[in-house]
Amino acid sequence: MRTAVNTKTLTLVQAVNDALRTMLKEREDVILLGEDIGKNGGVFRATEGLQEEFGEDRVIDTPLSEAGFTGAAIGMAINGLRPVVEIQFLGFIYPAYEQIMTHAARMRARTMGHFTVPMVIRAPYGAGVRAPEIHSDSTEALFTHMPGIKVVCPSTPYDAKGLLIAAIEDPDPVLFLEPMRSYRAFREDVPEGKYTVEIGKGKKLREGGDVTVIAWGAMVPVAVKAAESAEKKGIQADVIDLRTLYPLDKDIIADSVQKTGRTVIVQEAHATGGLANDILAVINDTSFLYQKAPVERVTGFDVPVPFFAYEDDYLPTPQRVLHAIEKAVNF
Amino acid sequence: MESQFPIIQIMNEQGCIVRSEYREQITKELVMTMYRHLIRTRMFDRKCISLQRQGRIGTYVPYEGQEACQVGSALALRDGDWMFPTYRDHGAMMTFGRSLTQTLLYWKGRTEGCIPPEGRKIVPPSVPIATQIPHAAGTAYAEKRKGTKNAVIVYFGDGATSEGDFHEGLNFASVFNVPVVFFNQNNQYAISVPITRQMKSKTIAQKAMAYDIPGIRIDGNDIFVVYFETQQALERARNGRGPTLIEAVTWRYGAHTTSDDPSKYRDQEESKRRRETADPIKRMERFMQQEGWWDEKWANQVQEEASVEIEQAVAEMERYPKANPADMFDYVFAQPTWTIAEQKNAYFQWKRGIEG
Repeated sequence: MRTAVNTKTLTLVQAVNDALRTMLKEREDVILLGEDIGKNGGVFRATEGLQEEFGEDRVIDTPLSEAGFTGAAIGMAINGLRPVVEIQFLGFIYPAYEQIMTHAARMRARTMGHFTVPMVIRAPYGAGVRAPEIHSDSTEALFTHMPGIKVVCPSTPYDAKGLLIAAIEDPDPVLFLEPMRSYRAFREDVPEGKYTVEIGKGKKLREGGDVTVIAWGAMVPVAVKAAESAEKKGIQADVIDLRTLYPLDKDIIADSVQKTGRTVIVQEAHATGGLANDILAVINDTSFLYQKAPVERVTGFDVPVPFFAYEDDYLPTPQRVLHAIEKAVNF
Repeated sequence: MESQFPIIQIMNEQGCIVRSEYREQITKELVMTMYRHLIRTRMFDRKCISLQRQGRIGTYVPYEGQEACQVGSALALRDGDWMFPTYRDHGAMMTFGRSLTQTLLYWKGRTEGCIPPEGRKIVPPSVPIATQIPHAAGTAYAEKRKGTKNAVIVYFGDGATSEGDFHEGLNFASVFNVPVVFFNQNNQYAISVPITRQMKSKTIAQKAMAYDIPGIRIDGNDIFVVYFETQQALERARNGRGPTLIEAVTWRYGAHTTSDDPSKYRDQEESKRRRETADPIKRMERFMQQEGWWDEKWANQVQEEASVEIEQAVAEMERYPKANPADMFDYVFAQPTWTIAEQKNAYFQWKRGIEG
């Protein structure tokens, strides 16, 4: 996949910026839309410098209207452009929900492939940064439930760039969720230029035979920390970063849970209706007879994401995950 | 359109009354009340920015420059009226009776900050843009149906007029002729996007024409015009004459929030210039000086009183009991569902376990 050899050391948000710059250069049909993404470079600086470099007609500061610019992007996508829209925070996507659910996600199906919507919707998501209320939602399951849109959620700078490029090149709509808690948490080497990470493929971060820990986005570092603590107690964990939430990487899940027979799923979102339940369905369908313990889920609660004074109690922690690992192993 | 919707003033930048019919209503008592609120509101805002810088509260949304809009409109309300604010309207909320402590708790990430003060119908600030506007129309509908004389005020910014909810709310209110005042603070920037990129229309007031309701464009830094025009709009509402859209033209001196850097998208010299020429508090002081109502000693006392009140509120916020995680579970439903009950139970069991 790689065509470049040189690397730069980037944070996740810089890798997003790099992917956008790469694709604006690579393809004339790529166009960015969103609130404050131009002159201001985005509230998280994800689009910093792009309007200056590519012009106001390709990096568009839109009116404050999520339904409006998402709908307009659908129209652009139908007519040959590759729009990438930024929703400032996932918690502000709901006015555009109808546009995504009713139109972006089903245009191909409704027209038997005659009209398609190759667009990307980027949205920072999640809690843990002491943000004001409503800024911390992680409602990925509203979209994994939605037929006709892919949902991608990287946890590292390398994957963020490769997956975003893949999303822009994808023939169908993709929701691209960016864990804002990880935006500047660490840096890693990211190749310059264009490369892709395949949508629909998870990644094994650690090998261990005793238990499988599955996470995505901002919960990946939490899962890894828990696995490191477990190792000190003599428990070896497989850690899987799903990277794509729809369609799930069935094989990577099945291979691991058939080996370990014990699973812990870590999900930031509310428990009921969450993605963990779909992962459970995959385990049930592929690996039922291999299971030695009930699958443990460590999740947020069935309550609105609380004000930040309570978020440490709301969010899954390495301690809570470790507790679940021990429960699964000692069953 | 700008000539059809000129910016109305009662007091000009020099602090002179330009509409003499208001002379008699502008009493010394009213002016002193307004001034006290303006000072308290501004000093509170500055204190919050410093608390945020010190990490004593979270991200904060400043409103400095918009005090005349918020104080003037809130003072026009009556006790039984409703207020639907945004996250930048705590100046209006505090003027209408929300305590300073509660306001601080809100910015400290505490749910208690959303509890309405006793006897006051102040709804929690809306965070997503324009979403409170249809609520205000519905609440006004309910007041009309109950046959009261209560009215509703709803605040929103210039950017909000691009959202569907703004238009849907105005349309609903106008179709049903309900008692609501749509109070727009046009501070001319939606985060980084100037109003000239937000809309092609030259005014916000003209949008009222589409809904066949009165649209009024006022100088939002003139507290007198804000107060009297809001009062008249509220009176029309109470008397069954339906909604009004008020566009109060103003300016925020500072950042969108403490996480924002306005020098990236606008010339800060403009804010400096406006501070000198159009500041709502300076203008009021000029007026008081010309009237012979200015008393340095009294003004110092006003500042001193505000400062004491603010320091007391900060102390109260800081000795407030620790956030109780049970609160996160206990108010989702009237009766907790089994999933919430089980999750709460399991969480506290685990917490007790690790805390020994």
